[in-house]
Amino acid sequence: MDSTPVIALVDVRKIYPLLSGDVHALDGVSLRIEKGEFVAIMGPSGSGKSTLMNQIGCLDVPTSGTVRIEGQDIGLLSDFDLTALRRDSIGYIFQKFNLIPLLTAYENVEYPLVLKDRTYDTSGRVQALLDSVGIDAALAAHRPAELSGGQQQRVAVARALVNEPAILLCDEPTGNLDSKTSTQIMEMLARLNREGRTVIMVTHDESTAKYADRTIRIQDGRIA
Amino acid sequence: MKKPDIIFQLSVRSVRLNLLRSVLAALGIVIGVVAIASIGMISANMTLSVTEELSATANILVVTADSGGGGGEPGPGSGGSSSDDDEDYLTSDQFDDIRKAAGSSFVYYLYSESDRIETGDSSGHATIYAMEDEAMTEILTLTEGSFPSTTSQVVIGPDLVERYGIEVGSKVSIGDEDDDEGETTVRVTGILEERGMSMDINSDSAIITTEKFFTGRYDGEDEYSQVNVVVDDIDEIDTVKESIEDSLNKKENEVKVEDSSRMLDSISSTLGTITSFALAIAGISLLVAAVSIFNVMMMSVTERIREIGILRSIGTQKNEILRMFVYEAAIIGVVGAGIGAILSLIIGYVVVFGMVGTTEYFFAWDSIINVPEGMIIGAVICVVSGVYPAWRASKLDPIDALRAE
Repeated sequence: MDSTPVIALVDVRKIYPLLSGDVHALDGVSLRIEKGEFVAIMGPSGSGKSTLMNQIGCLDVPTSGTVRIEGQDIGLLSDFDLTALRRDSIGYIFQKFNLIPLLTAYENVEYPLVLKDRTYDTSGRVQALLDSVGIDAALAAHRPAELSGGQQQRVAVARALVNEPAILLCDEPTGNLDSKTSTQIMEMLARLNREGRTVIMVTHDESTAKYADRTIRIQDGRIA
Repeated sequence: MKKPDIIFQLSVRSVRLNLLRSVLAALGIVIGVVAIASIGMISANMTLSVTEELSATANILVVTADSGGGGGEPGPGSGGSSSDDDEDYLTSDQFDDIRKAAGSSFVYYLYSESDRIETGDSSGHATIYAMEDEAMTEILTLTEGSFPSTTSQVVIGPDLVERYGIEVGSKVSIGDEDDDEGETTVRVTGILEERGMSMDINSDSAIITTEKFFTGRYDGEDEYSQVNVVVDDIDEIDTVKESIEDSLNKKENEVKVEDSSRMLDSISSTLGTITSFALAIAGISLLVAAVSIFNVMMMSVTERIREIGILRSIGTQKNEILRMFVYEAAIIGVVGAGIGAILSLIIGYVVVFGMVGTTEYFFAWDSIINVPEGMIIGAVICVVSGVYPAWRASKLDPIDALRAE
């Protein structure tokens, strides 16, 4: 079904009730993202881009409106199904890398795969993925704390890819990296996009936004 | 090779990462398990050893006067103004009735009193028994010397021998100079074999005198403290018991007939009460352990909020988070309970030897079962204490958890 967009938001509102009055973090956002696009979401802090990101990432559901991921209305899903959707269809890349400190780099990449398949991979796929982001087997045996920021983010990219997700969702992926490493990570994301992956990236850095095909700007909970 | 569940692996690593904290929490469980198992074993060993001793006298019925039904009845021939209003004795008529009712069983009467004794420099109290010469040779066994043949001769139980250093030929004074009965000196002619605890006669710490000496000293001829019936066939014990009760308790309850099961019941129930009390105290140690496990688990959850956020955001289900923390508590519990079990075998063995005096029954089922029981209780308490923190962790909102520092 080529006509179904990977992500479709229709009039999405997210309201946080506070004593001082409701906060409209998203105030009627509609957007479509097709398969294979590289989209940057930009906006100042407090603009609602994190809230939008949480909606697309299935971490949260809208107060009203619909969010469809590969055609599925996430507002209708149970927590269990929403969690399974995050595991199977979304690959997260966070600003702070967010690797699991108890697991080695290899195990971090293996983890979502084991969660999904309930069995350990024996095909060598995990190490192949790690190799493709430049982490060799010796490095992969280390815990995240023993790796540099750039290395951790590479591991995070491999982890995001392991379950062949429909969407690669990046939240300020270069925010904690120096400019040289940032370029390497952005080149990597661009390459993954050329290979056909849908990449969504939240950023406030114009220099990383230029890698995207399209930039969506958010201001006060609306698309500007 | 099959690797363990990845959720379980995370739990194992969390325990290892916080090893000291986990070990301290497990220590509470170790202590609790040792306390519960050891107390259970002491109680079981005491019960088993008492049962064993009593079963040696399982064929004996003890008949005593029934003082339960109001003291107002003037018995035949009992002076209403006797110095002490102690009417708890059996008469020779009653003895004859018992003998008739008991058929072929060996029946003998026993006089008993408690009195002061003195030998050499030391003094104390002992039970003074008297019985027919025929009964004495039938019931009691000597390790040394001979049975008394005159009123000034006695035989003596092994506990008194040990306590006062008495030997055959020693002189023992019975009674107090200032009392009505005065002081009488007798000579020990024999030492009794150890009989252990039994319901019919506790000869180990007693002095056995002749009937003539006893009635001469304490009066009360034909006023027997108790009548013991040694039943030939242990299967007949209930029949004999009923027969005696039917014969003597026709009009009113004159006598009370007890077999060793009654005594066993009462000892068991006393032991049971003491054991329950001790177990309650041991339970407090487990409660403290539960609180410490709870605390450790809450700390673990709080420390790992961000990690929980990561796990949830990349697709870990709520129930998997729950399992992860329950496993963590279970690992602490099982390791603690395992160490506790090993220690309770060692400590239990020493304590049972010290308190019961024998480890003969240590590996008996009733005794050793306390170890796995204590283990299971310890491990279950641990898991239960971990459930609430684990539930809290699983309920965390992934967005909030990710934001935590």
